[in-house]
Amino acid sequence: MSLSESLRSVTSGSYSVSRLGEALAKQSRSVRWSFGAICILALYLLPWWPSVPVLGWIVETPGTSFPSVLTDQVVIFVLVALGLNVVVGLAGLLDLGYVGFYAVGAYTVAILSSQHANLPWLLCMPIAVLVSMIAGVILGTPTLRLRGDYLAIVTLGFGEIIRITANNVEWLGDSRGISNIATPPSIGPLKFTVLDAKPYYFLGFTTILIVIFLLRRLENSRVGRSWNAIREDEDAAELMGVDTFKFKLWAFAIGAAIGGLAGSLYAGKVQFINPNNFPLQLSILFLAAVVLGGAGNMWGAVVGGALVAWMPERFRGFADKRVFVFGVALVLVMVFRPQGLIPRKIRKERWLESWKPSTEADLGGKE
Amino acid sequence: MSDNLLELDHVTMKFGGVTALDDVTFAIRRGEILGLIGPNGAGKTTCFNVVTGVYAATSGGVHFDGTSLAGLKRFQITKRGIARTFQNIRLFPDMTAVENVMVGADANHRTSVGGALLGLPRHHREEAEGRNTAMELLTFMGIADRAGDAARNLPYGYQRRLEIARALATKPQLLCLDEPAAGFTPAEKVELMDLIRKIRAQGYTVLLIEHDMSLVMGVTDRIVVLDFGKVIATGTPSEVQDNPAVVAAYLGVPDDDA
Ligand SMILES: Nc1ncnc2c1ncn2[C@@H]1O[C@H](COP(=O)(O)OP(=O)(O)OP(=O)(O)O)[C@@H](O)[C@H]1O
Ligand SMILES: [Mg+2]
Repeated sequence: MSLSESLRSVTSGSYSVSRLGEALAKQSRSVRWSFGAICILALYLLPWWPSVPVLGWIVETPGTSFPSVLTDQVVIFVLVALGLNVVVGLAGLLDLGYVGFYAVGAYTVAILSSQHANLPWLLCMPIAVLVSMIAGVILGTPTLRLRGDYLAIVTLGFGEIIRITANNVEWLGDSRGISNIATPPSIGPLKFTVLDAKPYYFLGFTTILIVIFLLRRLENSRVGRSWNAIREDEDAAELMGVDTFKFKLWAFAIGAAIGGLAGSLYAGKVQFINPNNFPLQLSILFLAAVVLGGAGNMWGAVVGGALVAWMPERFRGFADKRVFVFGVALVLVMVFRPQGLIPRKIRKERWLESWKPSTEADLGGKE
Repeated sequence: MSDNLLELDHVTMKFGGVTALDDVTFAIRRGEILGLIGPNGAGKTTCFNVVTGVYAATSGGVHFDGTSLAGLKRFQITKRGIARTFQNIRLFPDMTAVENVMVGADANHRTSVGGALLGLPRHHREEAEGRNTAMELLTFMGIADRAGDAARNLPYGYQRRLEIARALATKPQLLCLDEPAAGFTPAEKVELMDLIRKIRAQGYTVLLIEHDMSLVMGVTDRIVVLDFGKVIATGTPSEVQDNPAVVAAYLGVPDDDA
């Protein structure tokens, strides 16, 4: 399959994903739920996809174990894209240093479970999420009062500061990094060892599902509405009573927390981290995942994250040209689908169809 | 409680060398429709911007409902009860009409991240309240048929009305309308003025900027005339209409004391 062919199939695939979504929206609740359940089941079985005929040939990652591509790359990128999408896609804040929060999460687990203490992973993980969130608040409090480009520059600096600090501070393991990081505890037959990546995948995928569930709640609430309003017109939003600073800070903190969560999963999987795991380039790739998938659309973030993580492994056959091939693929997708593979949608207010005026039209609610 | 809902007290607003408002003092009484008129660049919009906290006045103060608005953030001023529309429409273009209005209704809500994540009863109650308020207001403004359309896809007249609906959703005491009928045909203008009278009848106080003199005459209780940032006349429509300074300002003739 030539590159342009595969690209066309990717973009037309995303058209049909959008159309599939529309078709599904028309179906009854039970049809939608069963479809969702089948998809989730199929995705839980993802580690075995390479042994399915045809499908296996498409998804396989020559030269790298497919399950560990899933755990070390795909799960991480999908989570990170979901978190960054809150910041960039929903609230409209350009964050170029997102890798910093990812690093904070990973380092928190590393320090607490290996370098300076022996806490179990299960305890380190929530602490890592909290610490990343606090890092987000600390970085956001002074910078979110500024508008536009300042934020991009300050966050860019933040990502680098975290990496350089880790590289130079002995307490953080300096350039040698931290090894022997704790793994998640076994759950019944699921043993988290270096021998088998699959349990990590199940854990990671479950985490993604939970994050999606929670983010959907936020999107369908006053919080999500405020983020949208801020992105569309920050001044108008504030003049309509939106506490813009508070909601921008929330977006930043939630994004940071999800980034930290991804970092803690990564640390628990690879068990050894060093500053080179957190280069500036990763921030750019994270952003590319969100933009490629479709900023502002959670499903876009999922697809974008998965593709950006998986494509370089799929094209390993191109050897040292694979980054170039990957870059060209990104550019072409953006040319053909500038809004991303699954663009942001105008909200469908399902309740509108059944809405009945409760009383004679008056201004209601005015005391 | 004083009769005045809003008082501008010797407000001066300078932009570098430009004095957009020069020692402006006037008040809006509860329940009235006050017209703010004046030629292009007179400082009408700047007046709105100072009142709603977009700009901090160079000197002077604004008092609302008896308390000073100095130092309040824009969203706090809105929550105190001042809502506005914009001369150049500023809706949330990619959000539906009903969502635009719900953003306004959210000014009275308190659900934040915790409440939304846990799906607390208050979240559900406020969502339902927001939907009802939004649909009632869209119906009142006569645009409910396009409630589910993105704001940017609405016809111009709908967009102007949607801005008013969004402002009303914040449940303001004072509604500030910046040329709400700009670009309307005469028939549409008359219709809108009827609507503004109805809004007042619901108990709102309205501050109305309008270019069209004849239109303001029919709908307002009192009128304040600005020219080059100064208040040159205040009074009932008929008083203002006969005021030589106003006639001069509108016709561009230098007045007697110039
Ligand atoms: N942000 C600003 N910076 C500099 N000058 C400004 C600013 N805002 C307003 N001005 C100036 O202040 C003066 C008053 O402007 P304003 O927009 O208040 O007039 P207006 O009465 O609303 O006019 P129009 O009828 O054209 O809307 C103008 O000279 C304008 O150029
Ligand atoms: Mg103006």
